[in-house]
Amino acid sequence: MAMTMTQKILAAHAGKREVHAGELVQARLDLVLANDITAPVAIGEFPKFGRADVFDRGKIALVPDHFAPNKDVKAAEQCACMRRFARRQGIVNYFEVGQDCGVEHALLPEKGLVTAGDCVVGADSHTCTYGALGAFSTGVGSTDAAAGMATGEAWFRVPSAIRVVLAGAPRRWVGGKDAILHLIGLIGVDGARYQSLEFVGDGVSALSMDDRFTMANMAIEAGAKNGIFPADAAALGYLHEHGARKPAVYEADPDAVYERTVEIDLSSLRPTVAFPHLPSNTRTVEEAGDVSIDQVVIGSCTNGRISDLRIAAAAMAGRRVAPSVRCIVIPATQRIWLQAMEEGLLKTFAEAGCVVSTPTCGPCLGGYMGILAKGERCVATTNRNFVGRMGHVESEVYLASPAVAAASAVAGIITAPEDAT
Amino acid sequence: MKIRGAVFKYGDNVDTDVIIPARYLNTPDPEELAAHCMEDIDAGFARSVRRGDIIVAGRNFGCGSSREHAPLAIKACGVACVIAASFARIFYRNALNIGLPIMECPAAAEVVAAGHEVSVDFETGVIADMTTGESFAAEPFPPFMQELIAAGGLANYLSARRQDLEEGVS
Repeated sequence: MAMTMTQKILAAHAGKREVHAGELVQARLDLVLANDITAPVAIGEFPKFGRADVFDRGKIALVPDHFAPNKDVKAAEQCACMRRFARRQGIVNYFEVGQDCGVEHALLPEKGLVTAGDCVVGADSHTCTYGALGAFSTGVGSTDAAAGMATGEAWFRVPSAIRVVLAGAPRRWVGGKDAILHLIGLIGVDGARYQSLEFVGDGVSALSMDDRFTMANMAIEAGAKNGIFPADAAALGYLHEHGARKPAVYEADPDAVYERTVEIDLSSLRPTVAFPHLPSNTRTVEEAGDVSIDQVVIGSCTNGRISDLRIAAAAMAGRRVAPSVRCIVIPATQRIWLQAMEEGLLKTFAEAGCVVSTPTCGPCLGGYMGILAKGERCVATTNRNFVGRMGHVESEVYLASPAVAAASAVAGIITAPEDAT
Repeated sequence: MKIRGAVFKYGDNVDTDVIIPARYLNTPDPEELAAHCMEDIDAGFARSVRRGDIIVAGRNFGCGSSREHAPLAIKACGVACVIAASFARIFYRNALNIGLPIMECPAAAEVVAAGHEVSVDFETGVIADMTTGESFAAEPFPPFMQELIAAGGLANYLSARRQDLEEGVS
């Protein structure tokens, strides 16, 4: 029976020759992830699974990133809970603040912890990011993460898929964020509910790995179980460069069955913005009108990688952030922070009038480091613009690319770089 | 098992950020979370909801984050069941894992109004609007799921079963 990429990975991890959509399988896990918000709940549930130790202390990643560096006493207690568990269990991949730290979904690929063909669960909805590397990865809750940590297995209902055929190459100042926002705008926030988004086509090769991470990351915003790209030469090069384990490359069968096919011509995409309060509420920047803004956030597991910072710095170089705007730049990992410093990007940001933060999820989920007051508007390179997401219930978040975010910070209104064609 | 309660009604795409805003995720304590449940779309909810009440909502309930704190907060408020036209997948899995009964029923989600008295029979899947007399059919819970809910979630259920096995109870 013909299978999709996702189905082949699940079959391999369930020890089956083939699986079909709707089938329930028990799959072996290559990595189980949790963070400072979800791990404490998982650690509380862990003893109930009857195992004293985790299934493999090298296949668990615990990352303090959401409210770390600790934002308050309660957050400190949550981080301390996870740190104690990591030490007691001898968890190899615990990443302390300041030392090899970072936002989990930027950090794990950077550390080479995910390879093509892997089956990964994480107690964070954006765990789907690793689909950029040709892995099956999906978000689960804390109880499932606890079960995964105890047994090294998880059950899944095998998903059907939407095939997203990408063609052409994006124009200057247009990238993965615009493509994924455009797609979510087309199919809606539950358009891929319970399904895989499988990205294929000639256009894939025109997208950088960072663009692909952005797109796979936001698959969940269309309700998808996972988003996945073929592990092509660029992906294999990335895996090699980051010391990942030996990849297993799966391609969809030519006659695999899809729920539907969506075609996107990357060359026709415009800088795209998701207006409040859903990621599917998209407009091109030309359709945005004059929306004045109070804050810009450039960072997160969606767009805090080095190429995102390069693009933002290029859009901002030699200019100043508008006096009415606070612009907060958050490199997603310590390594990206250092690289941005060495490339002079942090200097560009600081000279333009930006705050540059240590890695944290912070403002993306309304934790800290950039909370919005009543009525304030923010352009963010993050992934959600739900009611109250970044602060006051009457504040607004507009999702956009690093190029649009940087240009908007300078202009004080939502806009694209001047020479966006 | 049958439950009966008053309905709190919401629309489509009720996301996990409004179910429990992230600013309160610095604690895993269900009671503390419950105090802020639905705060950003219904500020009075946590004060007015009573044990046994029912949430009815539209499509894609629980979309967004994987935070298990969302169903935990709803359950700790005393909500006995969430009925929606559809659920986001991570929320669906989390709700059952922590023992919060949820039912997919587009017909009930469309018709049942706020304040109505509704009963839900988990064994038959029948949802009855006592205020209007209408009833709706949803998928009933299989026996193991009823046991899981009664145990208070997956981990408790497995833990109890393991103890039964160890004590020689089948």
